[in-house]
Amino acid sequence: MPAIESTYRDALRQALIDAMNEDPSIFVMGEEVGRYGGAYGVTKGLLEMFGEHRVVDTPIAEAGIVGAAIGAAMTGSRPVAELMYVDFAGLTMDQVANQAAKSRYMFGGQIGVPMVLRMQGGTGRSAAAQHSQSLEAWFTHVPGLRVAMPATVNDAYHLLRMALTCPDPVIFIEHKGLYVRKGELDVSAPDGPWGKSLVRREGSDVTIVTYSKMVFESLAAAETLAEQSVSAEVIDIRCLNPLDDETFIRSVMKTGRAMVVTEAVMTSGFAAELSARISERCFEYLEEPVVRVAGEDIPIPVSPALERGAVPSAQLIAETGLWLVKRIAPSWAA
Amino acid sequence: MSTGGNKLLLDLYRTMRRIRSFEERVNELFVRGQSAGSMLHMSIGEEAIAGVCRAMEQGDSFTTHHRGHGIFIARGADPNRMMSEIAGKADGYCSGKGGSMHIADMALGALGANAIVGGGIPHVVGAGMSYRNRKLPHVSVAFFGDGAAQQGILYEAMNMAALWKLPVVFCCINNQYGMGTRIDRAAANTNLHERAIACGLNGLEADGGDVEAVHEAAERIITAARNGMPGFLTLTCYRHFGHARLDKSPYRDEAEEREGRKRDAVANARHTLLARGTAGEQDLEIMDKTIEAEMNTAVDHAVAALPPPVDTMFRDVFAEGEPRPRPLRQHLSMILGEAR
Repeated sequence: MPAIESTYRDALRQALIDAMNEDPSIFVMGEEVGRYGGAYGVTKGLLEMFGEHRVVDTPIAEAGIVGAAIGAAMTGSRPVAELMYVDFAGLTMDQVANQAAKSRYMFGGQIGVPMVLRMQGGTGRSAAAQHSQSLEAWFTHVPGLRVAMPATVNDAYHLLRMALTCPDPVIFIEHKGLYVRKGELDVSAPDGPWGKSLVRREGSDVTIVTYSKMVFESLAAAETLAEQSVSAEVIDIRCLNPLDDETFIRSVMKTGRAMVVTEAVMTSGFAAELSARISERCFEYLEEPVVRVAGEDIPIPVSPALERGAVPSAQLIAETGLWLVKRIAPSWAA
Repeated sequence: MSTGGNKLLLDLYRTMRRIRSFEERVNELFVRGQSAGSMLHMSIGEEAIAGVCRAMEQGDSFTTHHRGHGIFIARGADPNRMMSEIAGKADGYCSGKGGSMHIADMALGALGANAIVGGGIPHVVGAGMSYRNRKLPHVSVAFFGDGAAQQGILYEAMNMAALWKLPVVFCCINNQYGMGTRIDRAAANTNLHERAIACGLNGLEADGGDVEAVHEAAERIITAARNGMPGFLTLTCYRHFGHARLDKSPYRDEAEEREGRKRDAVANARHTLLARGTAGEQDLEIMDKTIEAEMNTAVDHAVAALPPPVDTMFRDVFAEGEPRPRPLRQHLSMILGEAR
C-alpha cells in the first residue's frame, strides 16, 4: 500500500478502526470517546461505525474506567481505555499499578490483562499544571506495564496496532502537541518492530536519546548543529518498556558523547534511567559526562511565555550540543 | 426453609464446615512456622458466603479480597493447592508468587484476589461488559468487606453497573470490622445496601448467621443480575477473630466478642439439620472428621511441597514469549564482566 500524508490524530484513529474491524473483541471506552468524538478528536466517528457497545461513553470516573477495562481484559475482551489527560492518572493509579500491572504475576501467570490505556500528555496548549505533564516515569517504575510513546505519524498508527496485539497492559502516551502534525503513513510498513529504538538521523559526534515530541525538537537541533559542523545522531526510543538499550549504547560507543532529552521534569525522570544506562555501559567510551536536557523541575505554568521556557526547545538542545561537542559556551552559560 | 430443602442445607453445611476447618488449619500452618508470612486473614464467622457461591453458576466469575479463602473453597478450589500457596510453595495456585491474599483459581472463574481494599470491585463491571458484548449468560460477582464499602471505587463501579444494566453483583461481607475500626466508626449510615439502592441497583441484606437466608437472597439478586438488573447483597456477620493472624483484637471487649460469635452460620446450620432430622449427630460427626482429615492432608501436602526455584521470579511479569525483565546479575555483568 502506498504511503499517504496523514495527521498523527488521523493515524491513531485509523489504527483503532483497522484494529476494531479485524478483532471484534476490541472496544473503546472513556470519557467523551463516543458522541463527542474524543477530547482531541481521535475517536471521531467511531460510535457511528461500531455502536455503543464498542464505543462506550463513560461517567467521569477514571479509576472505574481503568478498573472496568481490566475486568473486560480478563474475560476475553481487549479494551482500549482512554484517559483524556495523563495528568488524570493519579485518580486511577491503584488500578494501573496494583491491578493491571500485577495481576499476571500475583496469580502465577494464570491470567493476563491485554488492555491499552491511551492517554496524552505534554505542553504546548497553555493547559497549565494539571493538563500538561509528562508522567511516563510513573509507569516505567512499575514492573508489568509496557509503555509506548510514539513520535511519528507512522508510529502513531503502528505502535497502537502493535499495542492492540500485546498480551499485557500497554500504557500508550500520545503528545497533545503532535495531533495535528502531518507525516507519512504507510499502514503496510512500520518504522520498526515493537520494543526497538530507531536511529532517526545518523551522526558521529554526539548521540541524542529521546522520544515523543522531543524527537522533532532534537531533529531540528541536529539540523542547526550540522550547520556548525557538529554531527548529531538522534535516537527515538519509541517504547520505554520493553526498552531497547542496545541501539543507543552502540551509538554512544561510536560518538563518545550523549545527551538525553525529555520534556518530563529532570529529577527522577526517565532521562535519569537512560543516562544511568549510558554511563554504566559506555563509561570507557565517554569523552564527556552524559547530560540530561529535561523539563525544569516546576509545575507547568499557563502563560505561553513561561510554558515555552519550562521544557527543552530545539535551540536549547542545539546550544547544549555545541557546548558538549565543541565547548562553545552558550550565552546563558554560568 | 429454602427452595433447595434439607439436602441443600446439608450441602451448605459441608461447605461451611470445610471453610472453617481450612481456616483452622491455616492457623496451624502458621503456628508450625510453615506459612509464608503472617498476613493471614481468616474468614471464620463469614462461612455463610457458601450460600452466595452456591447461587452462582458454572461460568460465572468473581473477584475476592484479602479474606477470600472461604470463597475459593466454596467455589470448588483444591485445598492442597491453596495451602501450598499460603506456604509459598511451587505447586500452589500462584506458583508461590501470590500467597494467602492472592490465591486464585482462574479455572473456577476467579478474576483474582485483591489485597488493596476495594481494588477488585470494578473488574466485575468490565467482566459484565464482556459478557454483554459476547452475548454470554454469565454474572460476575465482586466479594468485598464493609471496609471496602467506604472506598470511592465502589461507587464508580456501582454507578456504571446500574447505568449499563450489567450482569453484575456486589456482595459485601459485613463482618463489622475494617481491621480495627468497627463499622459504626467508619460510616454514619451502616445500612450499606441502601447506598446501592440509591445508585439504582437492587439492594438486599441477609443474616450471615443463616446460610439458607443468604442463599435465598443471593438467588434473587443473582437471577435479577443475569437478567440485566445488577444488585448488591450485604451479608451481615461477625469476624470471630482478629484482623490477621497476629491481631488479638485489643480494640473490642470480650462481651462484644461473645455476643458477636453467636452469629455462627456453621453452628446454626448444624443445629437446624439435627432439629429437622436431616442428619443425625453421628452423621455430622463423620462428616466433620472426613473434612478434618482432608484439611490435615492439605497442611501435610503444603509442608512437604517444594519451594519455587529462584529463577522463576522473572516469569509471569509479562506473558510467556515476551521480553522478560533483565536480571540484576546480568545487568551488572554487562557493566563489569568480561563479556561487556
